[in-house]
Amino acid sequence: MEDFLNVFIKSAFVENLVLSYFLGMCSYLAVSKSVKTAMGLGLAVIFVLGITVPINWLINHYLLSEGGLLGMDLTFLRFILFIAVIASMVQLVEMVIEKMSPALYNSLGIFLPLITVNCAILGASLFMISREYNFSESVAFGLGGGFGWFLAIIAIAAIREKLKYSNIPAPLRGLGIAFIITGLMGMAFMGLMGIDPAIFFSGK
Amino acid sequence: MSEIKESKKALFPMTKKERKLLFDPLNDNNPVTVQVLGICSALAVTSMLLPSIVMAIAVTFVVAFSNLAISLLRNYIPKQVRMIVQLVVIAFLVTIVELTLKAYSYPVYKQLSVFIGLIITNCIVMGRLEAFAMANKPWQSFLDGIGNGLGYGVILIIISFIRELFGRGTLLSGTPIEMKIIGASSDFWIDTTTNPYFGWYVNNNLMVLPAAALFIMGLIIWYQRSKNEKLIGIS
Repeated sequence: MEDFLNVFIKSAFVENLVLSYFLGMCSYLAVSKSVKTAMGLGLAVIFVLGITVPINWLINHYLLSEGGLLGMDLTFLRFILFIAVIASMVQLVEMVIEKMSPALYNSLGIFLPLITVNCAILGASLFMISREYNFSESVAFGLGGGFGWFLAIIAIAAIREKLKYSNIPAPLRGLGIAFIITGLMGMAFMGLMGIDPAIFFSGK
Repeated sequence: MSEIKESKKALFPMTKKERKLLFDPLNDNNPVTVQVLGICSALAVTSMLLPSIVMAIAVTFVVAFSNLAISLLRNYIPKQVRMIVQLVVIAFLVTIVELTLKAYSYPVYKQLSVFIGLIITNCIVMGRLEAFAMANKPWQSFLDGIGNGLGYGVILIIISFIRELFGRGTLLSGTPIEMKIIGASSDFWIDTTTNPYFGWYVNNNLMVLPAAALFIMGLIIWYQRSKNEKLIGIS
């Protein structure tokens, strides 16, 4: 349990996918015009990440690695299988959102199918491999990474809603200032890089 | 004589609409600064000029031909599995690029191997497939792909030019024509015989960080929109 919380906090705050690694920028910048839409996309990303990272862990561990069921080293198939899992999950999410909330479906527009190619999703699966997480840690990493992405997009959406009323030069309004603010937020997040959350839980 | 002239003209029959498809993405409908696609790779690749140029060429190739292929197939793809079909086409083309680079230019391949894989998750490719190729004819889709690839390349090259020049003091490092323009006090020993102005500049390490790409992109958008007023107010 300690490990679970540890990985969750670390992936949500210290190693935030957007603000520390700058992954998943396209939809992050394009869908952050209002908090409501941002929340919808953020929840979709939490769902997709929380499911695909454990599934990809199972695929990698039981099918692709040398000690798996097939007994062969098939890690060169990693990209294609991971992307296929992600694409089918996103397709599922798309169908669910289209049925449940057509208004949200329309406001997300093209960026809903583009979750498939959101670098944060594939990036998280690859981080999961390179950091050698076990199954419960990869569940925590998927959920935590998604939660961090959710927080980051809500934060920038809230800032952009306030910015509507501030006195910015007209050509810089909207996208331009969003880029600059993301850069500043990323520089602030670099300060968290060295923190080890294990200290908070082990009580040392 | 007049017949020859006419046949020459007919070799590239570009209507006004087709020209618009090809050149609009360079400015008015730029994939990066207006449509907000392909930002991740623009942050990852642009710390140096050479990877950006190779990346721009590779992405143009992949977008153009995946647009063409999906546009040819568009009436046969069921809506429920379209993303998987699109990804298979993209992954196939990216593999071609990867193997070509590996065969003909191994040093560049070694430097770029990770970034080439990143083309699969470059949202420009899938964005154009979803937004254009699924609903338009093959030739138009092909032109749209080339235009968007070039529009992406222009932004990439501007950003990486600034980042490499001020972050490392060089241009095109890694190629035979590497230029040490203003130089750096820490990375290189000062060689005033080749360039008397070299060596006075202290590298700005901020420019190497991804955050710098965000700042430069913001400034490019500012400049572009102040020159092109009909873009003000988009997103």
